[in-house]
Amino acid sequence: MSYLDRQGQGGLSSWIFSTDHKRVSLLYLTLMTVFFWVAVGIGIAMRLKHLSGSDFLISARTYNALFTVHGVIMVFLFVIPGLPAVFGNFFLPVLIGAKDVSFPRLNLLSWWLFLTGACLALLSLFTGPGAPDTGWTFYVPFSLRTGTNVSLAVFAAFVLGFSSILTGINFITTVHRMRCEGMTWHRMPLFVWAIYSTGWIQVLATPIIGITLLLVILERAFGIGVFDPARGGDPVLYQHLFWIYSHPAVYIMIVPAMGAITEIIPTFARRCIFGYKAIAYSSLAIAGLGSLVWAHHMFTSGMADLANIIFSLLTFLVAVPSAIKVFNWTATLYKGSTDMQPAMLYALTFVFLFAIGGLTGVMQGALGLNVHLHDTYWIVGHFHYVMFGGTGFAFFAALLYWFPKMFGRQYDPKPAYAAWVLMFLGFNMLYGSFMVLGYMGMPRRYFAHLPQFHSLHLAATIGSWALVSGLAVLFGNFLIALKRGAPAESNPWGGKTLEWTLPSPPAAENFHTPPVVTEAPYSYNPKARA
Amino acid sequence: MNDMEHGQGHIVEAAILLKVWGALLALTGLLVGASLVSPTLAVAAMLTLTPIKAWLVLYYFMHIKYEGPLLRGMVLIALSVLVIFIGMMFLDLAFR
Amino acid sequence: MSEAVHSDYQGAKIGMWLFLFTELMLFGGLFLLYSAYRMLHPEEFHHASQELNAVIGVANTLVLLTSSLFIAMALTAVQQGRHEAGGRWAALCAGLGGLFLVNKGFEWAAKFHHGIYPGSSLVKAMPPGEGLFFGLYFTMTGLHALHVLIGVILLAVVALLVKRGRVRQGDCVLLENSGLYWHLVDVIWIFLLPLFYLAA
Repeated sequence: MSYLDRQGQGGLSSWIFSTDHKRVSLLYLTLMTVFFWVAVGIGIAMRLKHLSGSDFLISARTYNALFTVHGVIMVFLFVIPGLPAVFGNFFLPVLIGAKDVSFPRLNLLSWWLFLTGACLALLSLFTGPGAPDTGWTFYVPFSLRTGTNVSLAVFAAFVLGFSSILTGINFITTVHRMRCEGMTWHRMPLFVWAIYSTGWIQVLATPIIGITLLLVILERAFGIGVFDPARGGDPVLYQHLFWIYSHPAVYIMIVPAMGAITEIIPTFARRCIFGYKAIAYSSLAIAGLGSLVWAHHMFTSGMADLANIIFSLLTFLVAVPSAIKVFNWTATLYKGSTDMQPAMLYALTFVFLFAIGGLTGVMQGALGLNVHLHDTYWIVGHFHYVMFGGTGFAFFAALLYWFPKMFGRQYDPKPAYAAWVLMFLGFNMLYGSFMVLGYMGMPRRYFAHLPQFHSLHLAATIGSWALVSGLAVLFGNFLIALKRGAPAESNPWGGKTLEWTLPSPPAAENFHTPPVVTEAPYSYNPKARA
Repeated sequence: MNDMEHGQGHIVEAAILLKVWGALLALTGLLVGASLVSPTLAVAAMLTLTPIKAWLVLYYFMHIKYEGPLLRGMVLIALSVLVIFIGMMFLDLAFR
Repeated sequence: MSEAVHSDYQGAKIGMWLFLFTELMLFGGLFLLYSAYRMLHPEEFHHASQELNAVIGVANTLVLLTSSLFIAMALTAVQQGRHEAGGRWAALCAGLGGLFLVNKGFEWAAKFHHGIYPGSSLVKAMPPGEGLFFGLYFTMTGLHALHVLIGVILLAVVALLVKRGRVRQGDCVLLENSGLYWHLVDVIWIFLLPLFYLAA
């Protein structure tokens, strides 16, 4: 009996109160897809506004609310939970041969907190004095002064952070305690390493944003003065605390994405991963080094020169472990017999777009150039290359890769290719234009733009239409496959990790008999391993 | 699950716990005493005696002395990360 | 299935420690702010902390240190199979936690009575840095008191479970984890005492 089959009374309650990690994963997927589309819609609305240089469709106030809400939803409700909550939940236990995560009930609680946070975030838009207009960073002093509904939005982010923490605790413990017989650390699939590293960032960094956001609420409610210059407070300290979490959060978003890519590339290149240990430990290195670069978001905030220089240097260094991964993926492809299935195409697109996002990130880490680029569309373009071109495409690649396993249905590859063409062109048109705009001097978050920027804004808006059409094709294709897809084989891609030994979809208890692992993952070319 | 795993940890003798408690009270006394003498001494005492007190609780009451390398390592990582965060923030604040 | 999972003693303890790390970092953010602002406003912090009642701070320290001893004794007793004593130690610990909260209540009430509370006109009129000190004082001791409150409830429940034999020798990870939580609350107070009450 598969985990999707009717259980007990059936119906909604057999899902929303299920402690089965696979069902929890689908709960996340459902909720996140809804919010993803809401935020996509908001993004499209912002692009429509820029069809004209000044007042058009949307007022300046609404525009401020739109980019705030777009950011908050995409960051806290899609990219941060993204791969860990959906694919981590589903495949972490399976990949290490376990029945479930260490704390199944805690896992369900995480989802409920996620739901609560999501509802509070929505509530903050439609209640009180209006949707927050601070940008997703909630920078003081504006977030303390604005009359909009900041406190509730911030509290929503706090609850979502708590959900993320509990997921992290669960995953770390699971990796330590639930590995099946023979599953040594160096036999774990690299997605597990990535999720494990991410868990540490979630546990150690998220509480910092928790307390920071609580302080914003207290400051707004009681005026305790901690970030208020008039009372001796220092707004730059808010930025420190905010980025101590929010920069590592970038790695919460990207490291699991890299992990998923590392699963996909060997499968479709029919090659054992090149540099297993280098990839595994570079995940940990990213988690460690990535926690020490936060102040590169603050080079123009008036920090000490010494701090600027050190954080700039560390920023250059954190590119090294990311580059290690890119080189190893490339080396894995070398002499591989590549099967360009949609999942592989999206995974390679990830590598390409992430490389652009990553390298532009290194550029911004240079102190001189940063002054020119800070708070421009360049930055917006850069982080969309990382977050959407990176995490977004990895999310789609992972979904294309694991969809047959998760749902027991196979999708039609042709629309997925067509969607790729639209998305790839649209994406680069949209965010490529952003980078050029920013380099020319277009500041981010501005409601209006000068005439000389108009043609590029127009190109970006047209790109956004292509991008969203591609997304619609991709998701529509999945929906059709859910309804009418042919039954999936247990191992449609010829994968070598444990999930492909299970039927599609897997049974409720995953493994009927606990598996015993005797060799490293990705054993495609046994000679090369010796 | 593995039944070989025992269901409880190391037993710390009550006598040890009492000694630690005595030490904690004594250190608190010293701390208060130092704060009455001079501000400089108060700061010095705060920076030395307080971590010792925390260490005693961590080591004996929280059984870190008796745990394996895994938990000890984890605690070390978490504490180091906090210290590094605070330290690196001062790279900015102290040199402005 | 979840029964089997929950009998993983080591796993339960790893999970608890990870949770404690998040608590540590939560307070860590506040300690970071405290240290930054003490560096920026040394005089004002010194002056403002004279308003605090060191006697009640020290008294509460003794209460918490002793309560920590009690919960450690409770664990030792239950591990040795002396369940009745274990339940009693745990209940006494919860009682001391309650006493801490009562003291804290009196302390805060006195401050409020003197017009010192977050956002009061008196605090707002203080020179920059001094009002900040009280902002941090109320935030940090308040957040700590909230943790004490949660701990008291938790320990009361655990004491009851020990009494009913649900937590017993060989199966007492709930007691051990609650104890770990309580000790962490104690450790945080160990730092709060000199930072606020003895800073004058």
